Amino acid sequence: MRHRVLPGLPLSLGITLFYVSLIVVLPLGALIFKAASLGPEDYWRIVSSARALASYRVTVLAAFVATAFNLVFGLALAWVLVRYQFPGRRLLDAIVDLPFALPTAVAGIALTTLFAPSGWFGAALAPLGITVAYTPLGIMVAMAFTSLPFIVRTVQPVLEDLDPALEEAAQSLGGSDLTIFRKVILPQLTPALLAGVSLAFARCLGEFGAIIFIAGNQPMETEITALLAFIRLEEYDYQAAAAIASVLLITAFVMLAVTNILQARALRYTMRTA
Amino acid sequence: MKIYLDNVVKTFDTFRAVRGVTLEVESGELVALLGPSGSGKTTLLRMVAGLEYVDGGTIRFGDQDATDIPVRDRGVGFVFQHYALFPHMTVGENIAFGLDVSKTQRTRAEIAERVELLLRLVRLEGLGERFPAQISGGQRQRVALARALAVDPKVLLLDEPFGALDANVRRELRRWLRGIHEALGITTLFVTHDQEEALDLADRVVILNEGKIVQQGTPEEVCRAPNSAFVTKFLGDANRLEGTIANGRALVGGAELPASGLADGAAEIFVRPADLGWSVSGGGISATITRVIDRPDGRRLLARLDDGTSVELDVPSDTLARAEDKGAVQIKRASVFRLG
Amino acid sequence: MRPLRRKPPRVGDSPQTRIALMAFVLFFVALLVLAPLAVIFVQAFSRGMEAYGAAIAHPDTRHAIFLTVVTALIAVPVNTAFGVAAAWAITKFDFWGRRFLLVVIEIPFSISPIVAGVAYLFVYGLQGLFGPALEAADVKILFALPGIVLASMFVTAPFVARELIPLMQAQGRDLEEAATSLGASGWRTFMSVTLPNIRWALLYGVVLCNARVMGEFGAVSVVSGNIRGQTNTLPLHIELLYHDYQTAGAFAAASILTVLAVFTIIAKVLLEKRGAGRAGRPVLTPPGTAATEPLA
Repeated sequence: MRHRVLPGLPLSLGITLFYVSLIVVLPLGALIFKAASLGPEDYWRIVSSARALASYRVTVLAAFVATAFNLVFGLALAWVLVRYQFPGRRLLDAIVDLPFALPTAVAGIALTTLFAPSGWFGAALAPLGITVAYTPLGIMVAMAFTSLPFIVRTVQPVLEDLDPALEEAAQSLGGSDLTIFRKVILPQLTPALLAGVSLAFARCLGEFGAIIFIAGNQPMETEITALLAFIRLEEYDYQAAAAIASVLLITAFVMLAVTNILQARALRYTMRTA
Repeated sequence: MKIYLDNVVKTFDTFRAVRGVTLEVESGELVALLGPSGSGKTTLLRMVAGLEYVDGGTIRFGDQDATDIPVRDRGVGFVFQHYALFPHMTVGENIAFGLDVSKTQRTRAEIAERVELLLRLVRLEGLGERFPAQISGGQRQRVALARALAVDPKVLLLDEPFGALDANVRRELRRWLRGIHEALGITTLFVTHDQEEALDLADRVVILNEGKIVQQGTPEEVCRAPNSAFVTKFLGDANRLEGTIANGRALVGGAELPASGLADGAAEIFVRPADLGWSVSGGGISATITRVIDRPDGRRLLARLDDGTSVELDVPSDTLARAEDKGAVQIKRASVFRLG
Repeated sequence: MRPLRRKPPRVGDSPQTRIALMAFVLFFVALLVLAPLAVIFVQAFSRGMEAYGAAIAHPDTRHAIFLTVVTALIAVPVNTAFGVAAAWAITKFDFWGRRFLLVVIEIPFSISPIVAGVAYLFVYGLQGLFGPALEAADVKILFALPGIVLASMFVTAPFVARELIPLMQAQGRDLEEAATSLGASGWRTFMSVTLPNIRWALLYGVVLCNARVMGEFGAVSVVSGNIRGQTNTLPLHIELLYHDYQTAGAFAAASILTVLAVFTIIAKVLLEKRGAGRAGRPVLTPPGTAATEPLA
C-alpha cells in the first residue's frame, strides 16, 4: 500500500467531499431529478411556452447588448488603467470593483431610481425620447453594471504583461499606432477578451437582483427567465419552476464549459518569444 | 550610412547610464559594443534606434540629425535579445510585417517574393508557414534578423543577438552573421557581453564601462595593446601580480620587465596564462605547483608564488609537473599599469 | 526640438488618443458606477438625519441586520473551513478525480442564484427530498435561518477555495514535506508552515465571501419566505421597503450595505498589496479558476 507523503488527506478530502456533496451536489441533483421527473412532453411544453420563449429572448438579447458594450468599455478601461498615469488612477482601479462588492438589490434600486422618469438620468433622457426604466434598455443597463468588472479584470493582467519588445519591434518596422494596435496588440489580447466576454455573458444570463427592480417585469416584454422561475414558484407551480430553473442550469453548465475551453486556449496561445 | 554619436548622455532617475559617448561608425562597418552589464551598451544601442531618447548630445545618420526622429521613421532594423517575434503570426507574416505596414504600396506578389528572398538569405526556406512556437531558438533569431532586414534598413542594430542560445548554436550563427554582413554591407552595430563573440565578429570593438568608452580599436589592437587594467581583465584570463616600477623597469618577484614611460611607484602587472612558462631549473619567480589540470589541448598549472600570489599558466601537455613540485614561473610577455 | 518626455511614446500615447479614451471611460464610469453610489446616499438622507436614524433603528430593520450578521457568522467560518480543507486536499495530493473535484467546486460561481434557491427548495421544501421527513420531525429548514444559511453557503462555496488553490498550487509541497520529514504532525505542519504563507489570500477569500453572503439576494429570496421581521435578511428587507414605497427607508438600509461594500473594496485593495487576489495570481490562470467572481 502506497503511503502518502504528507498527512491529512483522509480528513481534508473527507470534509471536502462531504461538504460538496451536501451543499452543492445534493441540491443540484434534486433539481435535475425534479425536472427530469416531468417527462419529455410536459418538460418541453413548459420550456417552450410562449412566455418562456419570450423570457429567453429578453434575457439573451439584453445579455448580448450589455456584453458587447462592456467589451468596448471594459477594454478601454483596462487600457486606461494599465497604460496611462493620472491622478486618481488607483481610485479608478478600486472603483471598478464596486459592482462586485455591492449587493445586487442595492444596485437594483439605485439604478432604478437613477433611470426612472423622475430620476437624474431618466429625466435627462426623456426629452430625447429614450426611456430606460421598465424597458429592455433598463435590463441592459443593469446587466452592464454587474458584469463590467469581468472583462476589465480578465484583460488587465494580460495588458500589464504584454512584452514591450513586440510593440517596439512593430514601431521599428514602421507601423502606425492604430495598425500596431490592430495587428500586434489586439491579437495578443483576444484570448483573454474572449474568456472575459464569456464570463460576462454568463453572469448577465444569471443575474437577478439588479434587474428585477429596473426591468418592469412585464411578461413577454421585460421579464427575464430567472424571474419567470421565481414567479412559477410563487404560484406553487413547482414543476414549471423546476423546468425553467433547469434551463438556466443547463445554460450555466454550457457557459462554464465554453469559458474553460476559452481560458485553456488563452493559456496555450500566448508564448514568450524567448 | 555613417553613424555619428556626439557626446551622448542618458540618465535614468539618478543612474547615469551613458556618460558622454562619442563614436563614429563608418558606412558598412560591423562594430561591437562590448562591456559588462550596467556599462550602458544596450542603452546606447537603443538610443541609436530611437527606443530611448538622449538626455544630451546628438545622433546623426549620415548628414541627417536623427536625435529627435521617432523610431518608426529612423529606418533602422532592430533585432531584440529575445527576438520579439509576433507569436500569432507565421514566420512569413512576421518577416512581411514591415512591408505590410509601410507607406510605399507593394503588391501582395512583391511582398511574397521579398519574403521568399529573405527566407533564402537566412536559410529558412520552407518554414514560412510555421509559427514561432514551432521553431528552434536559433531559427527564431534568424527570422528576427530577416524581419529587420525586410525593410531595407540603413542601419542594423542587434541587442545581444545570440545571448539566449547554446554555445554551439552561438558559434555557428556568429559565422553566419558575418557572412550575411559581408554580403549585404549594411552598417551594423551589435551589443554583447561576450568578448569572444566581439573579437570573432567585429571589424572594430568598442569597450564600455560605466557609461563611458574605455578603449576602441580592431580586435588585434585591443587584444595586443589593452590600455588599462580593466580592459586587460575584461578580455580573457589574466594573472595579476603586484610589483614596483623604477627607472622604466617593473620589478616583480625577482623578475624584471620593461615599463617605459611609466612613473615610478606601485604597479599592476597582467600576464596571460599562455605567456607564462614553467621551469624546474631555470630562472624566474620561484613558485610551487598546487594543482595540475589536464585539458584536451594542453595543461594548466595552478601555482603559488613565494609571496603567496596564485597564478595559472598554460603549458604543453607533456610537461612534467605534479602538485607540490617546486620550480620557477617565467614571464614572457606582460601588460604593466601604474597602480593607484 | 528636444522632446519633453523622457521616453519615446508607446502605442496609444498620443494626446488625442489619451483624451478620447479618458473622456469615454470617465463618462461611463461616472454614469454607471459613481452615480448609483451617489444616489444611494442622497436618497437615504433625503428626509433628513432623523428620518434616516429612525429607519435604521426600526425593529424590522434591526432584525434584518441581525439576521444578516448571524447568517454571515455561521456561513463564512464554515465555508472558510471547507475552503482550507479543499485547498489542502487538492494541492498537496494527487488523486483520481482531482480535476473533476475542482470543476465541481467552481460550479456555484456560474449558477444563477435563483437556480440555487430553487434547488434548495427541492431538497428541504415540502415537495422536496427531505420535506416530508423534516415536517414530521417538526424541523424548520426553509423559511427560517437554517435555509438561509445553507443557500448562502451554496452560493459562496467556491470563494475561499479559489483564492487558496492557485496560490498553494504555485507554492508547491516542498515546505510541507520538509516539515513532515522533521516529524511535524499534519496539524502542526499546516499551522506553522502552510498558514503563514497563505494568510493574506485566506483573508481575501474571507472578505469576499462575507461581502457576498451579506449581499445575497436571489437565492435567499426563494428560501426565506420573506416574512417581514422574521426571515428577511437586509437585502430582502430593502426590497420590501422599496416595494412599499418607503424609498428613503429602503435606501437607508441600502446605505449600510454600501458602506460594507466600500470597506470590502478597501480591504481588497490592502490585501492585494500583500499579494492576495489577482495581484498574486499568475497571468494565465489555468482553466477552471476564473480571475474574477460575482459577489451578489
